[in-house]
Amino acid sequence: MNQAVISIENVSFSYGGSMALENINLTVNKGEFLGVVGPNGGGKSTLLKLILGLLQPAKGKITVLGKTPEKGRESIGYVPQHARFNRDFPITVEDTVLLGRLGKSKSLWGYTKSDKTSCDKALRETEIRDLKQRRLNTLSGGQLQRVLIARALVGDPEILILDEPTANIDLRVEEDIFGLLKQLNQRATIIIVSHDVGFISEYVNRVACLNRTLICHQTSAISGEMIEELYATPVQMIQHIH
Amino acid sequence: MEFLHSLSIHSFLQYALIAGLLASISCGVMGTYVVVKRISFIAGGIAHAVLGGMGIAYFFQQSPILGAIIAAIVSALIIGWVNLRQQENADTIIAALWAIGMAIGVIFISKTPGYNSDLMSYLFGNILLVTQKQIWLMLVLNVIVVCTVVVFYKQFLAVCFDEEYARLRGVNVEVYYLLLLVSVAITVVLLIQVVGLILVIALLTLPAAIAAQYQDSLLRIMLVAIVLGAVFTSAGLALSYQPDLPAGATIILLAGSAYLVSTFTRPLFMKR
Repeated sequence: MNQAVISIENVSFSYGGSMALENINLTVNKGEFLGVVGPNGGGKSTLLKLILGLLQPAKGKITVLGKTPEKGRESIGYVPQHARFNRDFPITVEDTVLLGRLGKSKSLWGYTKSDKTSCDKALRETEIRDLKQRRLNTLSGGQLQRVLIARALVGDPEILILDEPTANIDLRVEEDIFGLLKQLNQRATIIIVSHDVGFISEYVNRVACLNRTLICHQTSAISGEMIEELYATPVQMIQHIH
Repeated sequence: MEFLHSLSIHSFLQYALIAGLLASISCGVMGTYVVVKRISFIAGGIAHAVLGGMGIAYFFQQSPILGAIIAAIVSALIIGWVNLRQQENADTIIAALWAIGMAIGVIFISKTPGYNSDLMSYLFGNILLVTQKQIWLMLVLNVIVVCTVVVFYKQFLAVCFDEEYARLRGVNVEVYYLLLLVSVAITVVLLIQVVGLILVIALLTLPAAIAAQYQDSLLRIMLVAIVLGAVFTSAGLALSYQPDLPAGATIILLAGSAYLVSTFTRPLFMKR
């Protein structure tokens, strides 16, 4: 049964005069693992910000779990691209992950036992439990990415959105992270933004190609021709057999 | 040791010491936020704009401290609002408010009849003139600042660490950001009593900046910064007493030297 968790209808958005997104239509179904690919400046991050309610569409309508993005985002776990925070900030892994409980936590002051339990579970799932007392600036790129995923998981999200989660990470760690996401996909819908079409097509069910306008493909239909069309230049690609 | 002897007989010295210790508490707590959120320019703007309020209060024969509190809160709200809404121009606007506040203060003070000796003590502080009434006021302001931080610790942490994520988790970022700046403003008023408004920024940031070099969590940085602030104000007061140096400036020089020493010797400690 296909149950829509995110629906985007005729959405357009522009920064000042330049059109960033034009007439986007997209329905994401429950349990899906959707990859969003496209060139830099193609509107990938803008689309995510619209879904998260950080930007308002100039035209069209977005619903998240049947609610407005501002309400629906409570059930979204978000892993931002190259984190916007200062990496030298004096904060431990555990405290960073606990901040993901804000809004979910019943406690006005401090954290409850169930917050701590959720935190512990998220740390274990992302295999960073032994790092929990470490300060953020002592972590490697791959470890930091796991912390950000744990922070997204700790609020028990129904939808997980990741923006370029494997930028600045070496290939081996990248495979580990995708393995983890595959596992998480059993309970959450996942949307992942990436520039690396060849790599993600191995993991996702469907690919949305975004370059101001959006075209969706089943993973099996990805061809070199289609990617050339998207990027308007020949792209190196390894053909996968599904 | 003449200082210790004088301390036991002169109440003005005891008041000065208590004022320094009280100021250190809010200073360590809010200074930590100023350092980790990198808003010392904003805090500087608030501190200097305060002179406007003090000047107006002085002109109308009201308590300059009351004027300072009102001006600090108003300028914190204006600067905070500008920073939230007009990020591109925030830098320029804060610099303008910084100077406009001081200009208002200078005009009102110059038009106030009588001898204007107080101007210097607003600018550079005069901890030896602190009265018992002011000590009580400092205590109240401290309680307000510390309670605010205790209650909203995790929201402040979320807003300082990652504003966008805090917003996604349902934290009202604007409200907490403004509340944080208002708490900084109240702390600035507390510190003006000790070192004056020109030197406030150094006392607000240096203890926390030193603590941040060695500690890994916000709470620990705060505690160490409070201790350092207390040491700098007490030692500065003691050192300035016998040679009759300005206490505020001595306190700042002490804090500044400690920061330099800490910055240059830290690599030696950290290698172990």
